[in-house]
Amino acid sequence: MATTVSMPKTLTQGQLHPRTPWVVLGLSIAGAAGVVSLISMASGEEFSLVGTVALGVLAYLVMIVILSRQIEGSRKATDRLVTALVTGAFLIAMTPLVSLVSTVVILGSERFDAEFFTFSMRNIVGEGGGAVHAIVGTLLMTGTAAIISIPIGLFTAIYLVEYGRGPLARAITFFVDVMTGIPSIVAGLFAFSLFAIFFGPGVRMGFAGATALAVLMIPVVVRSCEEMLRVVPNELREASFALGVPKWLTILNVVLPTSAAGIATGIMLAIARVIGETAPLLIVAGFTASMNTNMFADRMQSLPVFVFTSYANQGVDTQAYLDRAWAGALTLILIVMALNLLARLIARFFAPKLGR
Amino acid sequence: MSKRIEVNDLNVYYGKFKAVEDVSMLIEPRSVTAFIGPSGCGKSTFIRTLNRMHEVIPGAYVEGQVLIDGDDLYGPGVDPVLVRRQVGMVFQRPNPFPTMSIRDNVLAGVKLNNRRISKSDADELVERSLRGANLWNEVKDRLERPGASISGGQQQRLCIARAIAVEPEVILMDEPCSALDPISTLAIEDLIEELKQDYTIVIVTHNMQQASRVSDRTAFFNIAGTGHPGKLIEYDDTRIIFSNPSVKATEDYVSGKFG
Ligand SMILES: Nc1ncnc2c1ncn2[C@@H]1O[C@H](COP(=O)(O)OP(=O)(O)O)[C@@H](O)[C@H]1O
Ligand SMILES: [Mg+2]
Repeated sequence: MATTVSMPKTLTQGQLHPRTPWVVLGLSIAGAAGVVSLISMASGEEFSLVGTVALGVLAYLVMIVILSRQIEGSRKATDRLVTALVTGAFLIAMTPLVSLVSTVVILGSERFDAEFFTFSMRNIVGEGGGAVHAIVGTLLMTGTAAIISIPIGLFTAIYLVEYGRGPLARAITFFVDVMTGIPSIVAGLFAFSLFAIFFGPGVRMGFAGATALAVLMIPVVVRSCEEMLRVVPNELREASFALGVPKWLTILNVVLPTSAAGIATGIMLAIARVIGETAPLLIVAGFTASMNTNMFADRMQSLPVFVFTSYANQGVDTQAYLDRAWAGALTLILIVMALNLLARLIARFFAPKLGR
Repeated sequence: MSKRIEVNDLNVYYGKFKAVEDVSMLIEPRSVTAFIGPSGCGKSTFIRTLNRMHEVIPGAYVEGQVLIDGDDLYGPGVDPVLVRRQVGMVFQRPNPFPTMSIRDNVLAGVKLNNRRISKSDADELVERSLRGANLWNEVKDRLERPGASISGGQQQRLCIARAIAVEPEVILMDEPCSALDPISTLAIEDLIEELKQDYTIVIVTHNMQQASRVSDRTAFFNIAGTGHPGKLIEYDDTRIIFSNPSVKATEDYVSGKFG
């Protein structure tokens, strides 16, 4: 080990070589693998990968702390311990995510083909068919929900931050908080009973689905916009007032541009949040095998509901239904990812131009 | 351009808290008036009443009169927005708009009000204002760079350029140099000297030398203790305040005995 114990009283004294922790980690894992395979041979059980990793990491923690305390002192040892713990927590958090994405990609790519994006499920039993009706339905309903919620949410946030004082503002904040916690099925039932008043029971239409999504989306938009507006420094508002700019123009021309990046990100995330909603759409938009682009009549399919119904009502050719469900899930994830990317691009585009 | 300010029996409140009590003073046009006094005595509060910026704070209000060439700022039906177009303000910390270029910052008073301005008029206004703020030569080659990309002292002069671009009658400055280095401070002091040809200038400062260098008249504010309102103790020619003040507290303050 390339440590410099023999060189006292220099700034670089007593440091582990940068590669040392990796060597220790490798040795720990190898040792753990040996121990675990011995145990599995003795007990006749299968070799456990999870056990190996857990034991190896534990061994690494103990060894690196002891080693570091000997050579580098206790401050560095604590640092190494915490670094290892934090990194471990990060890896544990990443595991399900990576596993989920890889499962969806592997199973979803089976039917991720041109037919999937050009055909609906009309007159299709068994193989073939596609989800274009569901994709169009999702985009229509989420788009309409966004068109409803963005102005309402943004204006509410502006009211709360720039104008709201006293009991009314507190009441709105309270109800927005309550709305954030509404289960999505309740939003669906709300939209259903609302539209049943006008169109009679049994109503199913895309617009009702959009309404349910808007109910879920508005509080998220209010919250994120509110936060973004609050971080705009008061100095900028005052600077604008001092130039003789009225309040509404100050909000329009100073506050909103300054916070535009954050607001755009918040809105995109709100859309991403509702685009995967299944329960409310199942109730008010129903499910169908055919394309429907009319928001105001008939059932409208959406991607999450497509995934759900493909899985729930598997036909004769079970595998075809499952493959389509996974391809639908993959499409949904890709749309959400695209929205996130878009949010980043927008944020970069609007970001205040600082520095040289 | 440049108007006379007359303040009569002004009380300033933050909700129930009376921050400034019973101030009366006369500020002549084309002069520099300095406000000095210990921290918390209400200098900022008072100066912000001169362009109705005080009421931007929730619950804040004013009693009394502020007359600008005889018109009461707090009279019924007076639009604070129009007041602020006549009485500009420069703040303690330079605060250029971060989303705007240097050029747009100068034009902010026009652009933020969604007023149209021809390119040639805009160019002329930008050059005139930046020259007025002694900044033109330093930034003329990078007018399209972000307003935050120049040094703190330059940013403060940019804020001054932005304030004079709306052609006010009066310019209020609340400790405009306290966040700046000595060289930038000197640049701003020179600028104040020039601006006084055209504007009525009121400046809050913690720096006695600065007050004595730049101002014609000086107002000394003081406070009896925390929780008490600030008061105007003495208001006179700067020369007299610094050499022969009539109140003991003023003498103690300017000679550095407290504060
Ligand atoms: N936004 C505010 N709300 C309530 N009180 C305030 C506010 N700003 C200042 N004050 C109070 O008003 C008094 C005067 O403050 P200020 O005008 O800032 O003093 P100075 O500028 O002379 O240091 C202080 O007691 C301060 O605590
Ligand atoms: Mg102050």
